Amino acid sequence: MLIKLTGGRVYDPAHQIDGKVMDIFVRDGRIVDRPNDHESIDQEYDLRGKVVMAGAIDMHTHIGGGKVNIARLMLPEDHRSSATTHTDACRAGCGHAAPSTLNTGYRYAEMGYTAGFEPALSPVNARQSHLEMCDIPILDKGGYAMIGSDDYFLRMLAAKKDQNAINDYVAWILHASQAIGIKVVNPGGINAFKFNQRALNLDEQNVHYQVTPREVLQSLTRAVYELGIAHPLHVHGNNLGVPGNVETTLKTMGAVEGYPVHLTHIQFHSYGTEGDRKFSSGAAAVAEALNKHKNVSADVGQILFGQTVTASGDTMRQFANSGHASPNKAVLMDIECDSGCGVVPFKYKDQNFVNALQWAIGLEIFLLTEDPWRIFLTTDHPNGAPFTSYPHLIRLLMDKSFRSDMFTKLNLDAQAMSTLNSIEREYSLYEIAIMTRAGAAKLVGLHDRGHLGVGGAADITVYTDNPDREAMFSKPDYVFKDGELVVRNGEVVKVTWGSTHTVKPDFDRSIEKDLKQYFDRYHTMNMENYKVNANELEDDGRGKVIVQECKGRREKTA
Amino acid sequence: MTQSPHFPAASLEAVAHPADGLLSDDLKLDRDADGNLALTSPPCPKSKAFFEQPRSNATPAIQGQASTLDAAIAKATEIFRAARHPLLGGLATDVYGMRAVMNLAESTGATIDHMNSKSSMKNILVMQNSGWFVTTLSEVKNRVDLLLVIGTDIVSYFPRFFERVIWNQEAMFTENTAEREIVYLGGRNLDTSAGVSPNGKQPDVLPCDLDRVPEVLAALRALVAGKPLKADDVAGISRTSLEKLAERLKAAEYSVIAWTGSALDFPHAELSIQNIVGVVQELNKTTRSAGLPLSGNDGDVTAYNVSTWISGYPFRNSYRRGYPDYDPYHYDTNRLLAEGEVDALVWINSFNPERLPPKHQVPTIVIGHPSMQFEQAPDVFIPIAIPGLEANGAQFRSDSSVTLPLRKLRETKLPTLSDVLSGIESALKTA
Repeated sequence: MLIKLTGGRVYDPAHQIDGKVMDIFVRDGRIVDRPNDHESIDQEYDLRGKVVMAGAIDMHTHIGGGKVNIARLMLPEDHRSSATTHTDACRAGCGHAAPSTLNTGYRYAEMGYTAGFEPALSPVNARQSHLEMCDIPILDKGGYAMIGSDDYFLRMLAAKKDQNAINDYVAWILHASQAIGIKVVNPGGINAFKFNQRALNLDEQNVHYQVTPREVLQSLTRAVYELGIAHPLHVHGNNLGVPGNVETTLKTMGAVEGYPVHLTHIQFHSYGTEGDRKFSSGAAAVAEALNKHKNVSADVGQILFGQTVTASGDTMRQFANSGHASPNKAVLMDIECDSGCGVVPFKYKDQNFVNALQWAIGLEIFLLTEDPWRIFLTTDHPNGAPFTSYPHLIRLLMDKSFRSDMFTKLNLDAQAMSTLNSIEREYSLYEIAIMTRAGAAKLVGLHDRGHLGVGGAADITVYTDNPDREAMFSKPDYVFKDGELVVRNGEVVKVTWGSTHTVKPDFDRSIEKDLKQYFDRYHTMNMENYKVNANELEDDGRGKVIVQECKGRREKTA
Repeated sequence: MTQSPHFPAASLEAVAHPADGLLSDDLKLDRDADGNLALTSPPCPKSKAFFEQPRSNATPAIQGQASTLDAAIAKATEIFRAARHPLLGGLATDVYGMRAVMNLAESTGATIDHMNSKSSMKNILVMQNSGWFVTTLSEVKNRVDLLLVIGTDIVSYFPRFFERVIWNQEAMFTENTAEREIVYLGGRNLDTSAGVSPNGKQPDVLPCDLDRVPEVLAALRALVAGKPLKADDVAGISRTSLEKLAERLKAAEYSVIAWTGSALDFPHAELSIQNIVGVVQELNKTTRSAGLPLSGNDGDVTAYNVSTWISGYPFRNSYRRGYPDYDPYHYDTNRLLAEGEVDALVWINSFNPERLPPKHQVPTIVIGHPSMQFEQAPDVFIPIAIPGLEANGAQFRSDSSVTLPLRKLRETKLPTLSDVLSGIESALKTA
């Protein structure tokens, strides 16, 4: 099957293509060279006047695993107003803040997204996460394995184990949990909360292990780098949501000593303590630091107003925030000497001072950070807002007058505390394509996605150019997934099952001897059952497991 | 019966009983050259019976008469076609089976409910109403210093609970596990022997009639919250005993309060569970504490998890309006049958042949364990492969955080649940 996409205006930042009119050819799910003249085109799409980008990639979205399913389970009231019925292509489903897996796939695809990455895959819960994500249609997916508060790792740090041993453990976790990256949440803090510590600063010790968050971050950023994993350590820092946490965030950037690091939902970590209410924007300082530290990237975790639910591995902070729950309920868990979770429904209001300022802080970070290759468009779905609000967010970034209109509706005290209205910057289509395609693919380590070069996977989205960017990005004309037309005029027309992306760095398998002993002594599950096999994801006809390349293990760097 | 070469004689390790909510995966089995399994350790009668059950020669049957699989699927399809509101009940299966259940339910506008939902709903309602703070088995194993058990002995439902997570010899954060404190609160004539520590320390038992557990829990919650209690005793338990218990909970570093939905067998038990959750919430203001709702037998935790991720709701969930619709009262199996609201029942029961469909008059399709015996033959019976014995799969544990792989350990000619349900679904589409 040879498909020709004719005459679209192409934005492909991976190849520095900025709005050039060109043809794209697709064969058997891949982008190919212009064929010989004698080859017949099976299907042609006339894209003259249309905007063409690679399929978008959400590099941080909570779409599968224990806490996501808890969010679904505890929010029947969220689903009732958002039920969808059977269509020719789609099965029925529901869910706004915490959509069912089916609706997750359909709604993402309908916005031109073709991949999403679950950022907090608890290794002990990896099987569930993958089973759920395998039930998300159309999208490619993957997960970042969450460690750093697990007792095995903290025991290693406390015992001053050699960095090579840490690296082996990190690699083992990636294999065992079929993950593509490593995440750390409130480094060491989830564990400290189990010992009744209620806060943990960067240099504060876990009372049991006498280990600090700084040590956790240093050890893990280094392990990820030395294993040659493309995605830098994905960090949800200490003190999420705490006024004044901008200091922690700035110190965290320095703590990793130049190793690559990704600071996630940085909006929630950019708060100062100025003003009458002791809550202020730290966006300028954070953006300046991001501009300076080339080893650091971030996604924003923008909040948008309305009902949502926050789902996080950060039991310590979610417990502290559970008093703000709306509706008033919260599920919190200590999990398997591995991690924890907290699910707290939230309603962000534009007339609430704190919420309004959070909204402005997120946008300030977007607009003050210079390099679109190192800042990513997320709402930390569903924590800041459901992913379905991305087109609205894109309009806020691309349209200064729309942004100003929104800003003037905010709580007046919050307006007075924000510099947002003085920022003139508008993102270009090229920059949006970097943040949501080329940059995201590079950051996650998807070597054949996020671009439109020959050999790339034919994940392609076609839009009608429209000055109303929200309308434009809400309803693509066409979305192709691996060369198949899955969305037409913003509606799913065909359901396919995407792949799961992983990395499998080399490691010394003899570490399993100690791990097995640990499991036998302290766990309630056999080590062999902890490990998820690729065939468990592929059984039942739900897509393939793809192993993305690691650059190869590096020698110890120090 | 001779095995296929895919199942040679072998010693098998890390196996779990798929219908046991704790999914203790330390079972060791021997498989002989004919594919017969024998449990070698540990001694667990329930697991021995499960893995050593004979292979069945059962065939599908229509009104009690043996038939081919194709004929049985055709008959089942006919029943579905005639039905305006089918109910998929039982649902004792695994993740793969539940995926097929959800597909068929969606295609046919069916309602789903699990055989254990009466118990599970008590917990789910609490989670949906107030939330909770809970823990998991390995945390209990390594951290608990005070275990408070409400209205049950646990071992009647989960025989290996104490052996596995309380009297384990080694724990990361408990120096001497034999010093762990056990308190049974509520219920009568419980088998508290499992709560005796290895060094002979007796558990504390504060008995009361089961239907008075609600007031005892309310009193305990009040005491933990520092509110004065005027009564001298509550349901026969002295105020001083309850005060002492409240103090012990506050002094504990990691107390765990355990219960099972099924043992709390009195009306509106969810309100009592809410009081347990309230005690935990109060304790967490100053120390650490967590709840431990125990369930998961017959795959109920699997059923509600899969249903939730695919549809948004746990069981007692229906597609009859064309979209997922949840009603914990309305979509209860017994109520739907008693009031004649459904006109076909599919009873899915993979693990325990004794779990028969409820007695009723509507056309019935049983898809289940090959050894099921019926007083009155269902319209269609289709025996299926048992997940974790004769089919691969995955199963959720009681605490929902752990899902274990289930492996096919011996050959069978029987189809899987998914084979049967997708067969019906595609027959309905092509007709």
